[in-house]
Amino acid sequence: MSFCLMDGNEAVAWGAWAAGCRFFAGYPITPATGILNAMLAILPPAGGICLQGEDEIASMGYCLGASVAGMKVMTATSGPGISLCSEQISFAVGSEIPIVIVDVQRLGPSTGSATRGADGDIQFLRWGNSGGLPVFVLAPTDVKDCFELTVEAFNLSEAFRCPVFVASNKEIAMTKESVAIDVRQPRPGRERPAPRPDLPYLPFGVNGDQKVPGFLPIGGRTIVRQTSSTHGPDGYITTNPEEIALVQQRLLEKLQGAPEFFSLYPEKTNAPPDFIILTYGVTSRAARAAVKLLNQEGRNGAVLALKTLWPVPEEIILTQTRHVQQVFVIEMNLGQYINEIQRVLPHKQVHFHGRMDGTLITPLEIMEVVRHAR
Amino acid sequence: MPDSLLNQSRPPVFCPGCSHERVVLALNSALMNMGLAAHQVAIVSDIGCSGLFDTFFNTHALHGLHGRALTYAAGLKLACPDLTVIVTMGDGGLGIGGAHLLSACRRNLDVTLLVLNNFNYGMTGGQFSATTPVDAAVESGFLNRLETPVDVCRLAQAAGAAYTAACSSFQKNLPQEIEQALRFEGFAVLDIRGICPGRYTKKNKLSPKMIEKELAHQPLEQTHHLPINRKEYGRRYREQSALQKPAQPPVSMLPQHPAPSNARWEIMILGDAGQRVQTAGEILCLAGMSAGLRVTQKNDYHITVLRGPSISEIILSPDEIDFTGITKPGVILAIGQAGVNTRQKVFRQLDPQAMIIQTPGVDLPTVSGSIHLADFKDLGIKREDWSLAALMVLARLGTVLHKDMLRSAIQARFKSTALESALALFEKVEILK
Repeated sequence: MSFCLMDGNEAVAWGAWAAGCRFFAGYPITPATGILNAMLAILPPAGGICLQGEDEIASMGYCLGASVAGMKVMTATSGPGISLCSEQISFAVGSEIPIVIVDVQRLGPSTGSATRGADGDIQFLRWGNSGGLPVFVLAPTDVKDCFELTVEAFNLSEAFRCPVFVASNKEIAMTKESVAIDVRQPRPGRERPAPRPDLPYLPFGVNGDQKVPGFLPIGGRTIVRQTSSTHGPDGYITTNPEEIALVQQRLLEKLQGAPEFFSLYPEKTNAPPDFIILTYGVTSRAARAAVKLLNQEGRNGAVLALKTLWPVPEEIILTQTRHVQQVFVIEMNLGQYINEIQRVLPHKQVHFHGRMDGTLITPLEIMEVVRHAR
Repeated sequence: MPDSLLNQSRPPVFCPGCSHERVVLALNSALMNMGLAAHQVAIVSDIGCSGLFDTFFNTHALHGLHGRALTYAAGLKLACPDLTVIVTMGDGGLGIGGAHLLSACRRNLDVTLLVLNNFNYGMTGGQFSATTPVDAAVESGFLNRLETPVDVCRLAQAAGAAYTAACSSFQKNLPQEIEQALRFEGFAVLDIRGICPGRYTKKNKLSPKMIEKELAHQPLEQTHHLPINRKEYGRRYREQSALQKPAQPPVSMLPQHPAPSNARWEIMILGDAGQRVQTAGEILCLAGMSAGLRVTQKNDYHITVLRGPSISEIILSPDEIDFTGITKPGVILAIGQAGVNTRQKVFRQLDPQAMIIQTPGVDLPTVSGSIHLADFKDLGIKREDWSLAALMVLARLGTVLHKDMLRSAIQARFKSTALESALALFEKVEILK
């Protein structure tokens, strides 16, 4: 088997290509610039489009314009840029426009440190839209995940007609690794649902318990209305509370109703462990190393590395921790996802360790946390 | 073919006397005259009263966020080059989306922008906009008296717009004016001046005659379309794209050599900017991969890339690599002072069996570990080759990698003259005692 050497940013770009993404727009920002560079190399020669926007708001706007025309689109940025994108994220949520948004997290707050990693945007990604409706957030742990989860992000985005975040981190994005991936192999996935041909087309119309409205592109033979305003099934602005409530409820249930589709890759454990380290992103790797060493010392631990962070995979968290007394939540921030774990596991001992100083949390550090837990 | 593209079930609902309605009708006339069918047209609208436009037409509609209409329109037009894309925005959208206007002008994508310019923010109560005259009475108190209004056409021209024209909502030939803009292949800006009876003219006197007079007094280049010959962006984009070479996939490597040991190695290359430290790190990774090892590489350097430290941290391992950080490297290639200074702490933690390859002139902290001096300068090796030369010294020691691995890596990474000169380094390093 041939291995290739690439970093997480390149893997995201090739993953997007394999998933059928043919439109990318982004604004240069460390540590996400590598994705823009790679997309510029990949897309135009293959007939796709890659734009450098005048800012992150415009970049995402270009993507949304191409997405309503039916293209698979992606943008990539980091903390300062994702902050600017907030209003466009809300647009994509409310108007059900598929887009993959890669947030290569860097140390914040604000401008922070361009070349230092962190997982500081985990709650921002969930709540950074006005209205507070749910979104998908996937968190890669390594370069291979950057490829695989980007493919998966397109599947989710297209199938559910919604924005999907890939919560990368400088420490994965700009770290090269040997990976066994054939980047040229297409990975066709799920498409946007088609409308029923026997009914007049309504851009936000659903039938029965259908949650995702059928899609038709702007520019096709059928007239399509897209709007950021509160709308009914016909895409016209509405103030009718019953009509509004139905759409909002559907947007909520759309993402929460099918956890088996999006709760990705829990770590498999053999014997029931005594304790679990629950983490995500690059920190999962330090946790794996720590647990290996602890288990060599006679402890019986396991790692639960969540790759879907939002919606919170509650069933998986409950099942995996069923026989465990102690849960350790380790994060490359000062405590964000711990809030969700405490909510899901109110009767467990949930310990938290987090650090946000621009360096990786080390296996030794995690071992110390486990050893000294009471 | 219908006799109108107006939405029969949604007639215009502007305030009585609002000039926007005249523009709706004129746009419809223009589209009809061009023989366009409903599905061939998309109206992309902004926020404010101009944001109602799309609902009055039975065409494709995309109503988005304030000031961002031009961004959606650009994505849409690039995705659908045959679609007629029209953007409506007010003087409000013009202001908040200023950067997008400038970009659209510079780009010259085939989109038509109708600025419904009524000199104030009508929908929010009549605050001042980017076009409000200094002496107007508006809801923003004295603030508009402190700021100079912009002329839409001059602004667009300064940004390179190929087509700009100012006109009045009340002029008889408005449909022809709009049609001319629509027919232009490129970005066309129409500054359509009008009256907001709900807000602006409650406190300010403005009549169709006054708008006409104002336009008549302005220099020709501010009111009339002066054709500038620029090729349309979409066309140019597709032409240029066709000339680009296909992307090369990331460099790959087949396992082809036995690994010198079963150990996991953590290696730091500590150098200065310009010593090709990152490239050497990559070559070390490829060398490891040629022996079937898993590898990771993390780099560190200043944003001023031509000055300061350049550091590469590499792990070679027979097993999957979990943690990618290095705190206690087994090998350090100390070839530049800036890199060594940045990682002072690492030297204090070294094991006694650590290997250090040091070039003369680089001061190291007192360390435990075996030091191998390599005077590359004395061998006539250029500074930018020291990282690679240090790898060759490491290959001679044989514990971490061997010469065949390094040779395979160099052959995978370099081509033609770069490859020849890299391979020639082997002979120079052989002389080293």
